[in-house]
Amino acid sequence: MGLLDQQFENGNVFVTSLDKLLNWARLSSLWQMQFGLACCAIEMMAASASNFDIMRFGIIPRATPRQVDVLFVAGTVTIKMASRIKRLYDQMAEPRYVLSMGSCANCGGPYWEHGYHVLKGVDRVIPVDVYVPGCPPRPEALLEGIIKLQEKVRRESLVKKSA
Amino acid sequence: MLTEFGKILIFFIIGALFVAAGLFTAWILRPRRPYPGKLAPYECGEEPIGDAWVRFNVRFYVVALIFLVFDVEVVFLFPWALVYRELGLFGFIEMAVFLLILLVGFAYVWAKGDLDWDKPRPQVPHIERPALTKPEAQKEAEHTPVA
Repeated sequence: MGLLDQQFENGNVFVTSLDKLLNWARLSSLWQMQFGLACCAIEMMAASASNFDIMRFGIIPRATPRQVDVLFVAGTVTIKMASRIKRLYDQMAEPRYVLSMGSCANCGGPYWEHGYHVLKGVDRVIPVDVYVPGCPPRPEALLEGIIKLQEKVRRESLVKKSA
Repeated sequence: MLTEFGKILIFFIIGALFVAAGLFTAWILRPRRPYPGKLAPYECGEEPIGDAWVRFNVRFYVVALIFLVFDVEVVFLFPWALVYRELGLFGFIEMAVFLLILLVGFAYVWAKGDLDWDKPRPQVPHIERPALTKPEAQKEAEHTPVA
């Protein structure tokens, strides 16, 4: 099953399951929280700019968690920030996804041993769907993480609880 | 059969049905798991403080009114600038009169003091006998008899 938009042959009539339709709609318009924490956010901005053009994946930055599908945790999550991230995640509308970008958000990164102020991985406060490794990850790596997230959304189901 | 207004009526009915159908479908399909953290007001990730319906200072009213007047003025200026060449001198004089009227209003507002943002004066507590300054203290020390 490819994307719906590539299969219009029999008189533009297409029969599919509701699951697939919903998943297709969701994965093609994953709106992103306009939110960055550290140097990973610079790479995220580079990914948004014209060279990498994140918008071709349907990712549009929004400034409020109410209109957002995916939260990119781009950068070092300090312990002070952790409660804020938890609150922002809580305020997002479901279905909601989290992409942890960079070593700091994945596991604490260079602050793993002596960073008294850094949360050792954002998955200690919110559930993470996709981890993107790198310090910071290049925009290509972020794009791959987005594709992985889209694959995950494509496998979802209304009846089965997946995420 | 249909009058022109009838077409508009049908347009409105279909529009309303479209919105209702969209909301109904979303209501069926969407996950609904409310909890206090999700329903809390969004204040940039901070702990929400107080009510969103706070009262604004009444002085903003005048500022908003003046802004509206000059905003509309600019809205008039843009189409005028587009057809300026065709209108010629007549258009220039007419717009000059319009701007002059608004300018008089602006001068009036300025002279009236509505653009001044007067801050409330701080209430300085009145002290009966303030601490003595240095020369006064010296004078006092000279006058006191040495035991």
